[in-house]
Amino acid sequence: MNDTFEIVNLHARIEEREILRGVALTIRKGEVHAIMGPNGSGKSTLANTIMGNPKYEVTGGQILLKGENIVGMSPDERARKGLFLAFQYPCEVPGVRTANFLKLACNARAGKELDTMDFYDKLQEKMKILDIEEKFVRRYLNEGFSGGEKKRNEILQMMMLEPEFAVLDETDSGLDIDALKIVCEGVNKLRGPDIGILIITHYERMLRYIIPDYIHILVDGCLVKSGGPELAAHLEQHGYDWITKDK
Amino acid sequence: MSEPVPTNSPVAREYKEGFHDDIKTLNSVPKGLSHDVVDYMCDVKSEPDWMRRFRHESLDVFLKQEIPPWLPGLRDEFNYDEFTYYVSPVEKSSRNWEDVPIEIRRTYDKLGIAKEEQKLLGGLGAQIDSEMAYHNIQESLAQKGVIFLSCDDGLKQYPEIFREHFAKVIPPQDNKFAALNSAFWSGGSFVYVPKGVKCDIPLSVYFRINAEQFGQFERTLIIIEDDAFCHYVEGCSAPIYTTNSLHAAVVEIYVKERARCRYTTIQNWSTDVYNLVTKRSLISAHGVMEWVDGNLGSKRTVKYPSCYMIGEGAHGEVLSLASADKGMWQDAGAKMVFLAPNCTGRINSKSISGHGGRSSYRGLVQVAKNATNCRVQVNCDALILDPQSRSDTYPTMEVNGDLATVEHEATVSSVSDEQLFYLTSRGIKKEDAVSMIVNGFIEPIVKELPMEFAVEINRLIGMQMEGSVG
Repeated sequence: MNDTFEIVNLHARIEEREILRGVALTIRKGEVHAIMGPNGSGKSTLANTIMGNPKYEVTGGQILLKGENIVGMSPDERARKGLFLAFQYPCEVPGVRTANFLKLACNARAGKELDTMDFYDKLQEKMKILDIEEKFVRRYLNEGFSGGEKKRNEILQMMMLEPEFAVLDETDSGLDIDALKIVCEGVNKLRGPDIGILIITHYERMLRYIIPDYIHILVDGCLVKSGGPELAAHLEQHGYDWITKDK
Repeated sequence: MSEPVPTNSPVAREYKEGFHDDIKTLNSVPKGLSHDVVDYMCDVKSEPDWMRRFRHESLDVFLKQEIPPWLPGLRDEFNYDEFTYYVSPVEKSSRNWEDVPIEIRRTYDKLGIAKEEQKLLGGLGAQIDSEMAYHNIQESLAQKGVIFLSCDDGLKQYPEIFREHFAKVIPPQDNKFAALNSAFWSGGSFVYVPKGVKCDIPLSVYFRINAEQFGQFERTLIIIEDDAFCHYVEGCSAPIYTTNSLHAAVVEIYVKERARCRYTTIQNWSTDVYNLVTKRSLISAHGVMEWVDGNLGSKRTVKYPSCYMIGEGAHGEVLSLASADKGMWQDAGAKMVFLAPNCTGRINSKSISGHGGRSSYRGLVQVAKNATNCRVQVNCDALILDPQSRSDTYPTMEVNGDLATVEHEATVSSVSDEQLFYLTSRGIKKEDAVSMIVNGFIEPIVKELPMEFAVEINRLIGMQMEGSVG
């Protein structure tokens, strides 16, 4: 119970449109799952709903984080309980320095004021892994960052916050091949018995670098097929048509 | 841009400077404005005849002059006869803190000003009601010929320099409140920095209103000679009464050739003070003037620090920060007047409106016909926190000089849902996220402030923002 993240018959909508129609999924710590699906299948809605974006309304079902239903909790509460979302489009916050933001976020996650020196030591170590320059964290949060820098920043945050369950929403989009490799290496370093990871992606290319334990296919707000990593290669060859036709 | 979230807390910020002390008054006049009050002040201050004439003439100008139609409300919001125009709790300005009457020192202790004195300041002045209770300058600066006195002492001790410069930048006819100040001015600073002297530690002055229904009219005259530099910093506060007070200051600055002046204001009046201030600088060739103008308090502020570039290659800059909370209207901005070729100017204005507060940016850029090849850049950004609050922009540009480059950029934004979701998804609480976004918004201006002011501003703004976004 304490090492699972469970989505139970989840229904969610944005405005009046129902997007998720009964998603069910269980992730244990140590596992990496991937959800793939065509455009408009509800991938981003799922990511946002898991994190508690107030724009999305849960109309049924549960999201159980270590056995506790987090539906109705604010995003910050979820984050402090160990959930993390790497955004598809990280937003810019002018005037807020990345390092200051990270320090506050880490304090919030830890529930106490962290030692500044310890924090910076850890930050530098993680920046090295992600091949991030020193001055990067002195810049304003995501402001003027390239697509690749924004995504690297998301993984940096994930490394710093050490979540128990993390959702990566289209982290590969907008990355060139070198940046993709670095980001994936970062995720692979995090991978381990203390974290469960859910990768949401349209393309299989990210899954060449992070081999998931399970792949699920999302179509029209439902998970219609699950399998092992071989499913990705199959999708690469045949596209999504064969599944949507099956339905 | 997303819709702002409705305010769920109408409570305005806590104003910790809102206390009032019982301070014995030595000299004061009956309520209301009159030529008798002018005479009384001249007598008490033993002023020369030319100043007496100047004050009387200014009062006549005031009585005749109209408030411009673009300042709605001010025409009928108050009755000038409700105010007291001169209240003095001190005989003279002291150079020793220990000589300042104990109850006044107590007030300044509470405001943390006494501690300021121990910090590294080039000089410190403290005005209470109409008079400067304290004014002192570091010995090392005094030895270099830097003069830092109350304006009244400037008139007494340096009558020639004083008269040559006084009311030449802002004559009483300039506007109704400048005329009012000219008639009843008292206190403020007289600063003179001789040629080539760099006053690299700030001169700091604090203005306090303690009396009720009172008009404070400090007058500041700053002269920076060729190649010299000075940073002047002012702060202010007042008790919270149920009645209004009036603060109408006039600040005149001369920046001579290649000289530089920075003038920083942290205005934090209580919300019953009308703050109607005229500030202007004349900048000679290759001189630099920088106004850093922070308006965080008052009921109504009307203030547009101005740069008049009279010499070739002069540079003027205004960084304006306004925060309008419940019951406030910050009508702030800047004026850039180009009267010589090859001058440059920059206006950077940021305003925040919350809890139904209103902020306006009012700016004038004027390029005279002979002022060729001038460049000016205007940026004004407004952040509106809830649907009850309001922000307006009134830019005026009159360009007659050739080859002028005028850029104007304005943005209006609210705290976006995307930003809030992003920050909270990292475990940061919503109210902290809002204050982070707001402080980030003003960061480009705050980073220009001396450290202790920056901390204070972030604290005040943080307080104003509490509960302002759903």
